[in-house]
Amino acid sequence: MKINLIKPNKENLNTFVTIGSIIILVGFFDFLANTFLGVNFTGFLPAGLSYFTPIILGVVGLHLIRIEFSGNRLLDKINTNFNSSNFNAFLSLLVIFVLIKYIPALLNWFIFDADFAGNTKQDCTSGGACWVFVKVWLNRFVYGMYPDTEQWRINTAFLMLFALVGASFFASVKVKKYLLIFLLFVYPIIGLKLISGGDFGLEYIETGAWGGLSLTFIVSAFALILCFPIGMFLALGRRSNLPAIRYSSIGFIELWRGVPLITVLFMSAVMFPMFLPDGTYVDKLIRVLVAITLFEAAYMAEVIRGGLQALPKGQYEAAKSLGMGYWRMHFLIVLPQALKLVIPGIANTFLALVKDTPLIFVVGLLELAGMVNLAKTNPEWLGMAMEGYVFAGLVFWVVCYAMSRYSQNLEKKLSTER
Amino acid sequence: MSKIIELKNVNKWFDKFQALKDVNLEVNQQEKIVICGPSGSGKSTLIRCINRLEEHQDGQIIVDGKEISENTKDIEKIRAEVGMVFQQFNLFPHLSILDNCTLAPIWVKKLPKKQAEEIAMENLKRVQIADQATKFPGQLSGGQQQRCALARALCMKPKIMLFDEPTSALDPEMIKEVLDAMVDLARAGMTMIVVTHEMGFAKEVADNMIFMDEGRIVEKAKTKDFFNNPKSDRTKLFLSQIL
Ligand SMILES: Nc1ncnc2c1ncn2[C@@H]1O[C@H](COP(=O)(O)OP(=O)(O)O)[C@@H](O)[C@H]1O
Ligand SMILES: [Mg+2]
Repeated sequence: MKINLIKPNKENLNTFVTIGSIIILVGFFDFLANTFLGVNFTGFLPAGLSYFTPIILGVVGLHLIRIEFSGNRLLDKINTNFNSSNFNAFLSLLVIFVLIKYIPALLNWFIFDADFAGNTKQDCTSGGACWVFVKVWLNRFVYGMYPDTEQWRINTAFLMLFALVGASFFASVKVKKYLLIFLLFVYPIIGLKLISGGDFGLEYIETGAWGGLSLTFIVSAFALILCFPIGMFLALGRRSNLPAIRYSSIGFIELWRGVPLITVLFMSAVMFPMFLPDGTYVDKLIRVLVAITLFEAAYMAEVIRGGLQALPKGQYEAAKSLGMGYWRMHFLIVLPQALKLVIPGIANTFLALVKDTPLIFVVGLLELAGMVNLAKTNPEWLGMAMEGYVFAGLVFWVVCYAMSRYSQNLEKKLSTER
Repeated sequence: MSKIIELKNVNKWFDKFQALKDVNLEVNQQEKIVICGPSGSGKSTLIRCINRLEEHQDGQIIVDGKEISENTKDIEKIRAEVGMVFQQFNLFPHLSILDNCTLAPIWVKKLPKKQAEEIAMENLKRVQIADQATKFPGQLSGGQQQRCALARALCMKPKIMLFDEPTSALDPEMIKEVLDAMVDLARAGMTMIVVTHEMGFAKEVADNMIFMDEGRIVEKAKTKDFFNNPKSDRTKLFLSQIL
């Protein structure tokens, strides 16, 4: 019986699979011994070659077991998913090796060697992450410098928000409409008043004391809600037939898109007050909110314009032929379709906005990342930057991932075509 | 019989290209006119000028007693009285068939939702797709979509219906179902201007035929005369090609 080793075939399936598996196993054995036992079995080879033996062996082994329609379900699955060509085999092995090599180290740092108990930096002795730092500072990370005794106000405001949003999901269409109007126009005022205080016997708490994750949410939420309609009108304006409206929209969009956010924020803090008449004062947070909102609205406008442009001309013509004027045509026909088309782009802009909020540190407002930054400079907690930023990164990731999933669901739910 | 549409010496340019040249046309109430002619001859442009989807630069267009020009403030009101069916259907893909039909009556004519739905169902029944009312346009065949587009236009209770090659985008086996609906509409007394190459349909319903070429109305004649002894050579040539 002749066996061509270059071309594995189905007739000699068992032979090839046996030889291939053995070679792959040897490769893995070499790799594991190297990684975890510090033993290099292939040390007699030249250094470069020795380093790559596991991959080379793996690719050779995978080549030998790459037999199409072998009839063995497991083998076919492996071949189609990880081993469809030599290059794919190489990539698959590389990913597996990298994961094996670094995941345990990461897990050790995160969990097994990490310290959770205690209250001071000195309690962190085991060499991994010092989560004590996050634990001790958690309150600040969430509420900033907001006084402890008043934090129930922030909690209440957010609970109210969640309750309203939740209710609007399950309410009937009619109630939903009123809930949404309440949510967009009334709630923000109530929520802000509750948090800032000054009336109804609530102690006034200046915005300089707000901070942490709650400030991240407040800034993001306001900017998100406001930049959307503004962006929408800018997008429509840029396509308007009236030159005055078109050129002012273009000018506005290009102006804000051309300036870095950090500059915009800085100007809102330093330059803007100079234009105000003496004695008038606009709160720092409000200035920042306006700046971020307009900045993101310019991006939003371009995203939405993309959707408007993708819509076939026939949709406009059909709407017109039914007697719809500009606004009805846009709100009933054009925008619902255009916005649906650009949900991924809108989500993108929203995520960017949330991740841009840390920049408000330039005006002295410290949201989550800003608080971490502050905490790590505390003399008793020097050297905790890693833990702090990893924590902040994780929180941002969770928030953004949730938004991303929500946008994907929305896309699915709204897809009626095809 | 009273005139409902009147075009007087209408000229239209796309930049330097003249798409309509001195077009004169009168349409009476309940009249059915079929326009034919080679591709690019200005048929679409002509009927799109009637509801001002295109603007003409010269001459007069009078629809139901009102002149259409850049000064017309209530162009929307005129459009609401002139229904149009497009070659590509142009249904609203984000709305169900029923909502496609009720949207304009509710938002333009301000009908109560209930009444709009009744009218919509009537018209959907009329074009025989009442059973599809809850589906979305993407789930329907081409013929069904075009009939829905017809029903959608009819829900506005238009005085005039314009058709721009309503069957050209359809597979052959679906053409008949759309033409049947149009014949039915013609029998009910609608004023219709139809751009089409379906000469069987033309012979069955048209009162007058128009042949266009290079932006001009080359020939306008009673249907019988048009087919039996066309006057212009170009009409003869065209008819010999498509019949
Ligand atoms: N939007 C437009 N811009 C420039 N030229 C156009 C436009 N629409 C139509 N035309 C031109 O006008 C002529 C008539 O077009 P159309 O009325 O669509 O012809 P038909 O419907 O008879 O095929 C064609 O030559 C076409 O190229
Ligand atoms: Mg045409």
